[in-house]
Amino acid sequence: MHLVLPLVLSAALFGIGIFGVLVRRNAILILMSVELMLNGVNISLIAFDVWLDDATHAGQSLAVFVITIAAAEIGLGLAIVLLVYRTRRSIAIDELVDLREQPQAGVRG
Amino acid sequence: MSDRSLLSPTGLDVIFGLLGLVAIGSALLVVTTRQIVHAALWLVVSLGAVAGCFLLMTAEFVAWMQVLIYVGAVVVLLLFGLMLTRAPMGRSDDLNTTNWFVGLLVGTSATSVLVVLLADGFRNAMLDVRGAEPTTAAALGESMFRYWVLPFEALSVLLLSALVGAIVLSRAESPVGTEAED
Repeated sequence: MHLVLPLVLSAALFGIGIFGVLVRRNAILILMSVELMLNGVNISLIAFDVWLDDATHAGQSLAVFVITIAAAEIGLGLAIVLLVYRTRRSIAIDELVDLREQPQAGVRG
Repeated sequence: MSDRSLLSPTGLDVIFGLLGLVAIGSALLVVTTRQIVHAALWLVVSLGAVAGCFLLMTAEFVAWMQVLIYVGAVVVLLLFGLMLTRAPMGRSDDLNTTNWFVGLLVGTSATSVLVVLLADGFRNAMLDVRGAEPTTAAALGESMFRYWVLPFEALSVLLLSALVGAIVLSRAESPVGTEAED
């Protein structure tokens, strides 16, 4: 099997994830796009592990660690999103602008 | 390592390519669909196709981990999150920001740079999966507990702290900063 195929797949999933993170408004959809990016990284980790025929299985161990960290991240991320929803009644991230610098007179804002 | 060209694919190449197309197509639907629950369900298809790719690359244990944790747990958590935030069930036209073309530009340029770089660097590399032993739970567990014990233990502490953090954040009657009342 060609090594190029999994590498192109991983690059494509990573790019789609970047697009989703930048474009989506709903915080939960952004978490889904982050999952897509992590999956792209996992594919190339495993492809290089198999290609190098590593005796310590570094790539596959790291892929398992990435999956675990993604699960922890989803748990914490959803807790934060639910807290934001309870206080603001909305999770559209472009409405959460309280921390941005206030526009001043004469300055474009 | 023989260097056959991409124009004479083996059966394995064809199957991997089809699974990859399924993964990419459903991933595109995740980031473009207008129905928010459908995005979570397309995410299942995409992650399942990626698990199939792991199987084709002889990473057996990671593939089952992917099915168990991602398809089983993460997507269910995401659906719970959608329910608890009262996500609209039907079509909604305001799921994307108005400057989506900037995201499209950044996404396509990142993808094309990565694809050109990787395709140029590994043009003739071949994965030898026909004679390879599948990495079962036994094989991966042995190398994980022989070489990667310290990251494994650090990760268990990380999971514990994430659990505690999630519980603290989602306790019902405690907005952050008013801990003194109980």
